[in-house]
Amino acid sequence: MTLGRNEVWAGRTMLVALMAGTVLPFVSIFLTALAPSGSVPSGLDWPVDPQWQNFLEAFQVANMATLLASSTFIVVAVVPVTLLVSTMAAFAIGVLRIPGSRFLLVLFVFGLTLPFGGIIVPLYYLERFLGIYNTRLAIVLPLIALYLPFAVFWMRAHFVGVSPEISEAARVDGATTWQLFWRIHLPLARAPLASLGILTAVWTWNQFLLALVLVEDPDQRTMAGALGAFQGHYATNVPLLCAGTILILIPTLVIFILFQRQIIAALVQGAVKG
Amino acid sequence: MTEDRRPSRARVEIRIGWAFVLPALILYAAFVLLPFAMSVFYSATRWDGIGAMTWVGLKNYATVFEVPALFESIVNAFKLLVFFSVVPVGLGLVVASVMHRVAPGRLGAVARTVLFLPQIIPLVAAGIIWGWILALPGMVNQILGWMGLGGFTRAWLGDFDWALPAVGMIGIWVLLGFCAVLLTTAMAKIDPALFESARIDGSGWFREFFSITVPLLKQEIGVCLTVTMIAALAAFDIVYVSTAGGPGNATAVPGIQIYILAFTEQRIGPASALAVLLMLLVVLVILPIQRWTRERAR
Repeated sequence: MTLGRNEVWAGRTMLVALMAGTVLPFVSIFLTALAPSGSVPSGLDWPVDPQWQNFLEAFQVANMATLLASSTFIVVAVVPVTLLVSTMAAFAIGVLRIPGSRFLLVLFVFGLTLPFGGIIVPLYYLERFLGIYNTRLAIVLPLIALYLPFAVFWMRAHFVGVSPEISEAARVDGATTWQLFWRIHLPLARAPLASLGILTAVWTWNQFLLALVLVEDPDQRTMAGALGAFQGHYATNVPLLCAGTILILIPTLVIFILFQRQIIAALVQGAVKG
Repeated sequence: MTEDRRPSRARVEIRIGWAFVLPALILYAAFVLLPFAMSVFYSATRWDGIGAMTWVGLKNYATVFEVPALFESIVNAFKLLVFFSVVPVGLGLVVASVMHRVAPGRLGAVARTVLFLPQIIPLVAAGIIWGWILALPGMVNQILGWMGLGGFTRAWLGDFDWALPAVGMIGIWVLLGFCAVLLTTAMAKIDPALFESARIDGSGWFREFFSITVPLLKQEIGVCLTVTMIAALAAFDIVYVSTAGGPGNATAVPGIQIYILAFTEQRIGPASALAVLLMLLVVLVILPIQRWTRERAR
């Protein structure tokens, strides 16, 4: 390679500067979180007397234990149902190629770019009518439905690439449609299913608008939704707000660091295929 | 697959096939298609959410265009496009190409992870973090002070002229890493021989960037533009948390106005008209990009 030394250094300096710009905001809220509760420090003041108990206080006032349970419940309800339901539909469209497959695909693709804000108002009235407003189901059901366009599209892209000979061979051996799906195609779809699972889990955990509008009780919300409520209550107590924000970020950050390669790959591929 | 079977058997097959689609179709119809139709229907009525509905035709759409606060929300959404989309994609391309050229090893891997970080945290958290950083005693003003630019300090999110660019800055922070990583991944798939021969010919970064990187990444650039433009037009979380649309209506975007109209002012009609326009807007912006990436791409 014939790269100038200056060029290498200029490039690296730029990368390091961008990384610093990305990380500094996190550093700032961490330092602020250690300032005395109720005080107003400057953004990057070194805490002379670090107040670690702020985290404990935030944990208690934000009802963190309940929140973790609530968010986990919502993710555990949304992700498997989304995976199963979308994969079955994609299987019918991509492998069985039932009559009307094209129409179904177009119907699902229609929802691909739909902003959640576009249907949030009717969702509110619909859920009041159905009597599920202000329950966790109020977030779970619309979220699954809103993920379906992407999920069906994603799984269909996988199924279309699977050789039809596999299905034919299984049919010759007398497999029923359900066996063909459950025994043959589902195990083959493990990789795209894993990516889809990661994506929908992250999106669900971070979902705000649905939680804000459809669930009044912050303890029944997702992590992100509860964070919004927390901000409303403690906007004036900046150190406590920062401590609470950090606590709410910790589960996400831990999972990201553990599975960063899979998560990055899933989010990037998810965008490219969707 | 079923052509050679007897008709009755084929019909059973079709029924089984539809049974596979049914659960997805029911959920999708009930919680996406039906609300979508309801949005369109509401947009033609006057309704406060409780009392009687009156049919008003297209009047609510006229309202959206006539009331400055509502029309400005659409204008603001387009201004945000520059920050949420143009800057992250442009800068992301530069970062990807720099990473590809000077940091293939460890530094590149670390940079990828670090730059991606803002993408996985909730947007609400990004809004809260930046709400503090851009505040009067926040980090940005402190750093400006250290640089001797104390005269520039202000409450960025409370300033009529600066609030929108400040919100845009949050969008850049969130979306840059996503674009950079996506484009870097795509660059890794370009035949290295292309770059090598360019370098043997002694072409510098600029040449390489405009004659290899950009044309060959067309499809991925299209993806980045699509994702970031939807993020800009449909923005809600960041704005709601950091400015709630203020000061005045300086940072009000359609998502915020829909929320305010529907849930604090109980004006379901105009809220739904704006919602329908928002959905239309997204499609109108996305379609040309899709067409642009398809042509010549294959």
